[in-house]
Amino acid sequence: MSNQITGAEALVKSLIAEGVDTIFGYPGGAIIPVYDVLYDYQKELRHILVRHEQGATHAAEGYSRVSGRPGVVMVTSGPAATNVITGLSDAQMDSTPMVVITGQVASASLGSDAFQETDVIGITQPLTKWSYQIRSAQDIQWAVSRAFYIATTGRPGPVVLDFAKNAQLEKVEWNDYKKCNYIRSYIPYPEVEERDIDAAAALINAAERPLIFAGHGIELAQAEPELKALAEKAEIPVACTLLGKSTIPTAHPLNVGMLGMHGNVAANIATTRADVVIAVGMRFDDRVTGDTSAFVKQAKVIHVDIDSSEFDKIIKTDVAIHGDAKTVLQKLLTKVNSKKHTEWLASFEPDARIEQEKVINKDIFATEGPIGMGEVAYKVSKATGDKAVLVTDVGQNQMFSSRYFGFTEPRSIITSGGLGTMGFGLPAAIGAKFGAPERTVCFFTGDGGLQMTVEELGVILEHNLDVKIILLNNNFLGMVRQWQELFQHSRYSQTPMINPDFKKLAEAYGIAAEDVETREQLDGAIERMVAHKGAYLLNVNIDPLCMVYPMVPAGARVDNILLSREEKYEPQR
Amino acid sequence: MEDKKLYTVAVFTENRVGILNQISIIYTRRKLNIETLSVSPSSIEGVHKFTITAYSDQPTIDKLVKQIEKRIDVLKAFYYTDDEIVYQEIALYKVPTPKLLVEPNMEAIIRKHNARILEITPEYTVLEKSGHYEETQSLFEELKRFDIRQFVRSGRVAVTKCTQEYVTEFLEKRNQRKEELEEEWKHQ
Repeated sequence: MSNQITGAEALVKSLIAEGVDTIFGYPGGAIIPVYDVLYDYQKELRHILVRHEQGATHAAEGYSRVSGRPGVVMVTSGPAATNVITGLSDAQMDSTPMVVITGQVASASLGSDAFQETDVIGITQPLTKWSYQIRSAQDIQWAVSRAFYIATTGRPGPVVLDFAKNAQLEKVEWNDYKKCNYIRSYIPYPEVEERDIDAAAALINAAERPLIFAGHGIELAQAEPELKALAEKAEIPVACTLLGKSTIPTAHPLNVGMLGMHGNVAANIATTRADVVIAVGMRFDDRVTGDTSAFVKQAKVIHVDIDSSEFDKIIKTDVAIHGDAKTVLQKLLTKVNSKKHTEWLASFEPDARIEQEKVINKDIFATEGPIGMGEVAYKVSKATGDKAVLVTDVGQNQMFSSRYFGFTEPRSIITSGGLGTMGFGLPAAIGAKFGAPERTVCFFTGDGGLQMTVEELGVILEHNLDVKIILLNNNFLGMVRQWQELFQHSRYSQTPMINPDFKKLAEAYGIAAEDVETREQLDGAIERMVAHKGAYLLNVNIDPLCMVYPMVPAGARVDNILLSREEKYEPQR
Repeated sequence: MEDKKLYTVAVFTENRVGILNQISIIYTRRKLNIETLSVSPSSIEGVHKFTITAYSDQPTIDKLVKQIEKRIDVLKAFYYTDDEIVYQEIALYKVPTPKLLVEPNMEAIIRKHNARILEITPEYTVLEKSGHYEETQSLFEELKRFDIRQFVRSGRVAVTKCTQEYVTEFLEKRNQRKEELEEEWKHQ
């Protein structure tokens, strides 16, 4: 029997068949037929109307990062399609699975500069894992199944389906949906070479000062148990990247902290002393390595990654293991010997103490002067039992909150790492709450970044979403101001901010809010925020000259660490 | 930094719209100027072959080729130095016939360069020569005095000297995998 449906309905049915239940989107002319079908499928497919298409992409990223499922975005053509570019680029940099459907003018009008036509394939190819234009309804099942397969497997990433309007309107025979599990030219999970495992195990077993770098790849592969097991079996300290921070609990005795520009002193210094580095699911970003010509030079480097184009891209490896982090760590576990590294572990102590005394205590236990960002992050984390999902914007708020938030569960840090997208935070926090409604979502932002996507407060209003917004408000574009102070002789070019009354702004959206002016008010305000059922904004008045330390200046060796305005790190032995 | 050398990159892809763009933007991103480019269906049905030359250094070209191979519709990508391949280019020269007629040594030039004449009209003559860049260039230099009207040189085409056929082996393995998956599907 013939079962003819429109292409628009075929798309919606294909999405449902892929297990999609939430879409972030915004309607418009070239996608109206699909929105018409969505009207009939509201029970199966929840559509979250964002207030700007960029918000849809970051919400989908937040949804995906917290849940492990692909984020789905639907927008129209032209300006809507160009508005998703930042989110696509962000998802590509941070390996986030996302399927973005853009409307497109009818095939017959393509290339004619039709109203709201833009060359979506041309502009998205460089910043997506795959992009494809659906010009005929016949292509829909094929294209959608491939899109989800590509976005979610291997090294995940964003995929664009550019859906021409004629294909939405055409009739097509609907057959049973078959998910894609094979593409001839694409091998998402390579066979791990045993000889690479043997070579790596030999290096680890002979190591006296081994060090694991734990990256986002561990989270993507759900390899947190294997990471912990390997670290514990061979007693190997673990240093995390920013996106890898919740792959091992913060309080785990082998967790030595974060790598990089604003990472922990002991972790950075350890990279200059380790004899074997096991880098798992990370890509040696310049914010981690500093001066690459000096980074881990003394160490043998084992690099585990699912993307072979990462090998030797930045750092020459001694053993490259091409494979999924979970599979590789499981294999390594069987060949790595139980071992103690008491002396090596003890060597982290002096550097950790220096940071505690010179930086951390000042950041979180200050008793006088204006409120700092660190103490707010620390207190909010404690008030939520270190169990909340931390979503950050970009800048000082990102560095302070990720440094002082504690993590006890996987998938607990959602931040724009690679692209450093200001304005990422609010929509990402919204997406995270939809992706994990049972978890507390704490969103740390600054006065700059919040205003970049502040329109998404409308989504919080509409869905009565329980997102805790902690605005670390220093009336400055703080991170740029910090660089200007340190490297531009305090010439504050375009960084002071004249800000609106954020409390009133939140209240206009029906969000409970309070201003925190003094340290004495802080504890009570945090308590009220955590106890409140529903969204809450804390507008915390922060020291305008607040600085993030420790800091490795851009391009410097990672042992070149500033501890304060006056003091540089001195080696402890 | 190592000196720049001419590298030949061979890319085998599915036959799909937009792949040239995906490949060329990877060159653009690293600011590598493409010297020659040739695209054609390969000996394997449905598989297209791109042959691209560019001056670069080994670490850069190695990273570039990995990033090309990472594109979903790319099957395999390789890079070679000139000693690893047999390669050829073809050139056409359009010269005014009256000028050639006054040349007493035309036969010697054709013989020396092993060129062919494709067409002669009272107005112009078209010569063809295939060879390495220097060889087609050398004929060009020699014909200059006859007032060449048009000259065109193709992109390089190349085959490897290596005895192993990696693309064929890759496709065999992939087809085997496809059959396995179809078997699994039937048993579900």
